[in-house]
Amino acid sequence: MAETEPTNGSGPSAGSGPSAQGEAAVAEPPAGPLIHVAPSPHLSKTSLTTRLMMLDVIIGLLPVVAMAVLIFRWYAITQVGLCILSCLAFEALFTRLRGKAVTLGDGSAVVTGAILGLSLPWSAPWYIAVIGSAIGIGLGKVVFGGLGYNIFNPAMVGRAFVMLSFAKEMGASAYVAAQSQLPVVTQATPLTVAKKVAADLAAGKISIGDVQAQLHSASQLWPLFLGNINGSLGETSALAILLGGCYLCLRRSASWEIPAGVILSSFLLAGLANFLKLTPFTALHHLISGALLFGAFFIATDPVTSPLTPKGKFIFGLGVGAYVMLIRLFSGYPEGVMFAVLLMNIVVPLINQWTIPRPIGGPMPKVL
Amino acid sequence: MTSLATGRGTFPHGIHPPERKHPAAEAPIEVLPTPAEVRIALLQHLGAPCEATVSPRTEVNLGDLVGDSKAFVSAPVHASVTGLTGRTSVATLPNGRHVPVIPIKAAGSGPSAETQPFSGQSLFDDIFGGDWPKDSFDQYEPQQILDAVRKAGLVGLGGAAFPTHVKLTRNPDKPIHTLLINACECEPYLTSDYRLMLEAPAPIITGALLAQRAIGAQRTIICIEDNKPDAARTLRQAAEGASIQVNVLRTKYPQGDERQLIVSVLGAEVPTGGLPLDIGIVVLNVGTCAALARAVLRGKPLTHRIVSVSGGGIKQPKNLLVPIGASYGDLVTYCGGFTDDVARVVAGGPMMGFTIGALDVPVTKGASGLTALSQTEVRKADETTCVRCGRCVDVCPVGLVPTKIALASKAGDMALAQRYHIIACMECGCCAYVCPASIPLVQLIRLGKIRLPKAKA
Repeated sequence: MAETEPTNGSGPSAGSGPSAQGEAAVAEPPAGPLIHVAPSPHLSKTSLTTRLMMLDVIIGLLPVVAMAVLIFRWYAITQVGLCILSCLAFEALFTRLRGKAVTLGDGSAVVTGAILGLSLPWSAPWYIAVIGSAIGIGLGKVVFGGLGYNIFNPAMVGRAFVMLSFAKEMGASAYVAAQSQLPVVTQATPLTVAKKVAADLAAGKISIGDVQAQLHSASQLWPLFLGNINGSLGETSALAILLGGCYLCLRRSASWEIPAGVILSSFLLAGLANFLKLTPFTALHHLISGALLFGAFFIATDPVTSPLTPKGKFIFGLGVGAYVMLIRLFSGYPEGVMFAVLLMNIVVPLINQWTIPRPIGGPMPKVL
Repeated sequence: MTSLATGRGTFPHGIHPPERKHPAAEAPIEVLPTPAEVRIALLQHLGAPCEATVSPRTEVNLGDLVGDSKAFVSAPVHASVTGLTGRTSVATLPNGRHVPVIPIKAAGSGPSAETQPFSGQSLFDDIFGGDWPKDSFDQYEPQQILDAVRKAGLVGLGGAAFPTHVKLTRNPDKPIHTLLINACECEPYLTSDYRLMLEAPAPIITGALLAQRAIGAQRTIICIEDNKPDAARTLRQAAEGASIQVNVLRTKYPQGDERQLIVSVLGAEVPTGGLPLDIGIVVLNVGTCAALARAVLRGKPLTHRIVSVSGGGIKQPKNLLVPIGASYGDLVTYCGGFTDDVARVVAGGPMMGFTIGALDVPVTKGASGLTALSQTEVRKADETTCVRCGRCVDVCPVGLVPTKIALASKAGDMALAQRYHIIACMECGCCAYVCPASIPLVQLIRLGKIRLPKAKA
């Protein structure tokens, strides 16, 4: 109904007379420049496209991928590579099934694959990556209508599905391989250790004085920051995540309000929990361990599934951080970023309604 | 009433499109040679259309009345050349309206037309030259000024073309404390106001003082962007001795919109759906002021205006003094014609102007410029899906959520669009400018505004 496309019409050419529009049968274009009409505005910021935003995310993920390859070596390459390829293949397949044009070029499937791959444990078998990609792309994105229409973060939909379906292969024990050439995987993940220690403390099996000894290597801040610890592929190195994440925020391809909210609420809740002896980790430990930072900067910042306004984004971030701490403290899982993000995705339309900004001059008076 | 708190010199959000004021900014105002024919539109302002007051085949002189209206919100139109009127016909204005026009065949035409009273430099001097006093004009009664303004057919030359005498009519319920003179010209490419300020600042000051007297404002402030320092200087020099302040604001689009101007200069907000006069402020364009001075002190009607012709698609960008009713084709021809890679011809600036598909459109009082955009300059329209990135929210100067309003309008959900304050949108184009998905947000919002009354029924 509306003229949203520019209509091509031939305008007067420089110097010569009006083009003979009666000769519609002639295939040759009229001499002179072709002028078209279109609605305003007639300028646009050419340096800003959706594809460039996706490219920014991929660039931001490069430090994380690099660290993952450094720490987990061959496993990182296979997991991430397999996820990316599967996501691309399934997006092409499902979009074709729906009868729509395939738009792999916008880069969103690559981003979904990279994030899904980085959220898997090093030991997950190949079918986990493939099934996770299929469900994530299919049920998390294409079935809603493709890019821009999904409610839930597609990578997290895929991961949640394989987490619940393949509990053994994705559970805490899958991360540990006592006889492995990779030094980091011989120990449990820091959060798993923290949870066990907290449970033992609560059950009275150990005393407060034993906590440090029980945690031993899991409580060292420097490895937690650098990434020399066990965990899923992308979550270990807080340094790499911060590097990539800050790049994204500076480019405004991710909104800084979201990680700010996540970090603030999780830090405060972790500090409170530490004070109440609910967890042996300090707030800083909680911040740089697990997938919290990775979720804050790369998962929660997915624009499609987060709110529209700065205030809404901050509230969303606060919610994700709070949920992460809740799951870490009170659920059976040692880590819960994926569930936190999915749960907050549900609330996004409500947050959008709550944070409708006030226009300059106030809302229109009721009488119209 | 409203506090006279000073603003911060800028407003929240907005964008910084490339200004591209050069090389047109260096082109001194040239007088367009009298065209063979002008077509005076009977509706070239906001308000009621005029009716022709001359019959076809009548000899008219430059400045004669050719159309008038009995309505209050209207402005008469005058002959912009000496010549012979023709039969009333219809022309399509850039905004798509079909309006009746009175064609006038100019007597003898060309650059040295001797049957025209003025042409070339003499025309420029007649309109802008001479003595422009700077007193407080207390000897004039406000109604005198308003009568002269209306008689001259004066409307807002900034683009909106609102009848100036209506704007300057005192309302006892809403007294005016501040008169703002808009010298911002925030649209890229346009330089007509800029050249006027450089070459003829005196009538602007005189007009501002007369307007202040008419409306009874306590103070007058000229507001200009900081990308025009030399114009600010000439205005300050011209305003010496008069109690007019010149305020320099941060260059940002859309600083020149009156709502943003008032926020930047005075820190006050015009209520949505209301006018600046609701909070005691009146905003006038510099070109309007210059014409106002001529109308009141010399009794001359509005017959010419400065139009800036620029863009990558025009061979020789110029600022032209043109008679109202000249066709855009006359302007383009005088500027050397289009380049080979011209893609879009816009009446006005590139952010809010209307494209024209033919060059036989007559220049009206609100026509500030013609921007011919080349292939590389013009916006590409490869629309993809909204990814809700929120950049449109980041730039909207009114503080709206453009994507929500646009998509609600597209889906016909007018209740949702109204909840997001669709009426407050001023269609400045900031949102569509930054949208990474190239969604035509402004056009969708326009569609929504059209759908609004139907949704109520």
